[in-house]
Amino acid sequence: MSPLLLEVRGLTKRFGGLTANEDVSFSLSAGEIVGLLGPNGAGKTTVFNSLAGFFAPTSGDILLEGRSIAGLPPERVAALGVARTFQIVRIFKSMTVRENVMVAALLRHRAVPVARRKADEALAFTGLSGRAGDPAGQLTVAEQKRLEVTRALAIEPRLLLLDEVMAGLTSSEVHEAVEMVKRIRDRGIACVVVEHVMEGIMPIADRVVVLERGRVIADGPPAAVASDAAVIAAYLGEEYRAPGP
Amino acid sequence: MSRRAKLVWLAAALVALLFPLVAARPTWQNTAILMLMTAQMGVAWNILGGYAGQVSLGHAAFFGAGAYVSTLLSIKLGLSPWLGMVAGAGVSAGLSLLVGWPCFRLKGHYFAMATIAVGEIVQAVVNGWEFLGGAVGFYLPLQEKGFWGFVFNRSKLPYYYIALGLLAFSLLVNWAVARSRTGYYLRAIKDEPDAARSLGVSLTRYKQTAMVISSALAAMGGTLYAQKELFIDPGSTLSTSLSIKMALAAIMGGVGTLAGPVVGAVVLTAIEEASRVAFGGTGRGTDLVVYGGLIVVIAVFQPAGILGLFASRRGPARAAPAEAPAKEAA
Repeated sequence: MSPLLLEVRGLTKRFGGLTANEDVSFSLSAGEIVGLLGPNGAGKTTVFNSLAGFFAPTSGDILLEGRSIAGLPPERVAALGVARTFQIVRIFKSMTVRENVMVAALLRHRAVPVARRKADEALAFTGLSGRAGDPAGQLTVAEQKRLEVTRALAIEPRLLLLDEVMAGLTSSEVHEAVEMVKRIRDRGIACVVVEHVMEGIMPIADRVVVLERGRVIADGPPAAVASDAAVIAAYLGEEYRAPGP
Repeated sequence: MSRRAKLVWLAAALVALLFPLVAARPTWQNTAILMLMTAQMGVAWNILGGYAGQVSLGHAAFFGAGAYVSTLLSIKLGLSPWLGMVAGAGVSAGLSLLVGWPCFRLKGHYFAMATIAVGEIVQAVVNGWEFLGGAVGFYLPLQEKGFWGFVFNRSKLPYYYIALGLLAFSLLVNWAVARSRTGYYLRAIKDEPDAARSLGVSLTRYKQTAMVISSALAAMGGTLYAQKELFIDPGSTLSTSLSIKMALAAIMGGVGTLAGPVVGAVVLTAIEEASRVAFGGTGRGTDLVVYGGLIVVIAVFQPAGILGLFASRRGPARAAPAEAPAKEAA
């Protein structure tokens, strides 16, 4: 088994009296894709915010290659190689598509011309080269989500956190997004994918972690989790029950 | 920079260089100097308020720091105001670090309100501090001692060209910042601070960088003001209406653009001078009425400023509200 890239240990996050995450533990090896599933309000985005440094956990620890990153600010976590997208896209609207990606590329490449070249490479990888010079605000929703992924990739992360990048996409766009996530994994970047679109996550995830009311209720290969009675009751519905043995 | 933009800048520079030779009347020259000085203040403000989107309404404190430091060094130690200008910029940058540390914990309107408080506090302190001239202020000796003396009373031309040079320098600094890594980060912070952080951008560090540059340039403008007027007091160099004027020049022309504050300053100064002529000596305070009216008009009709009018003709304005292009597309 490859060494652990990310290890979440007993992560708990409370907001006053509300417990968003309780004792969440899971881990991820380099180059793995893990799906993070659960009904609305299960605490998936809270996990993301803790992993990416936007929330300091109430208790528990987050280890990146054995080093604790819990409580570090987002910019430090990013510098250590954790990139994220946002559930509601947050592109830089006054900039062009290329400039959006350049902001990210500047983290590893301080010279602007080098960052521009790296940004163009990233845009070619995600298929947005044709839009490079356009104002980012003019992109379609699907393109904006792809731009967020491109931007996240341009900080050259080891771990990529994708927050519902397939929500609201047409089925052909979902297919494209799935292919893109696979190609990202093939570059050796591990992904944690929060997704409601089952067609998007089930075929590509190495493992699936299911949250309900802030707790982990299942953790395993997609087929096993999809046939787990608790998961079906909580979330999936009969439609996604895996064929029994 | 596009070819067309380069030509416009070149033409503007030529006009600015030749203007006082063509327009020899001292009142015209004086108005032109006011335009250049207002433009320079606007450019200074724009780096923090326009590019980084951190609206400061206390920038007179930095302007005043420049005016007071060079004046004190000149009066008490006999130091050349040129050196005073550099010292003032340094003191102002230091002051901005002190101000930024607490104020950058606040966002948006709350940051703007905190900077108003800072401006008022500085004004109150200087008003009550005898060493700093108190409410009376300082007169600088009216005697020419060559270029290093920075006092010219036979002609306004030296002030004109110094003001032009300082504006050119400020624009150059702005241009260099805008195309650097810092410039990209500032625009990112303005658009989506959380997204910027997720890409490794430290908000405090880069906001502070913008504020240091912005306050140092504002201070240099303050020194020039002191040497031109040869009189400073809290009312003329530290007032909140001066802070608003700096912001307004940039906002009127177009925030976050290189040329915006210059265009804004020319129009603003022209309006001010016109209202001064129209209302005469009884019109003290009319400038504030004019500022208030302009803020309302810009906020309601033209948030992208005067430059936005030209941009929208060629395509969606960069500084225009984000909804505008979306509506056209739909």
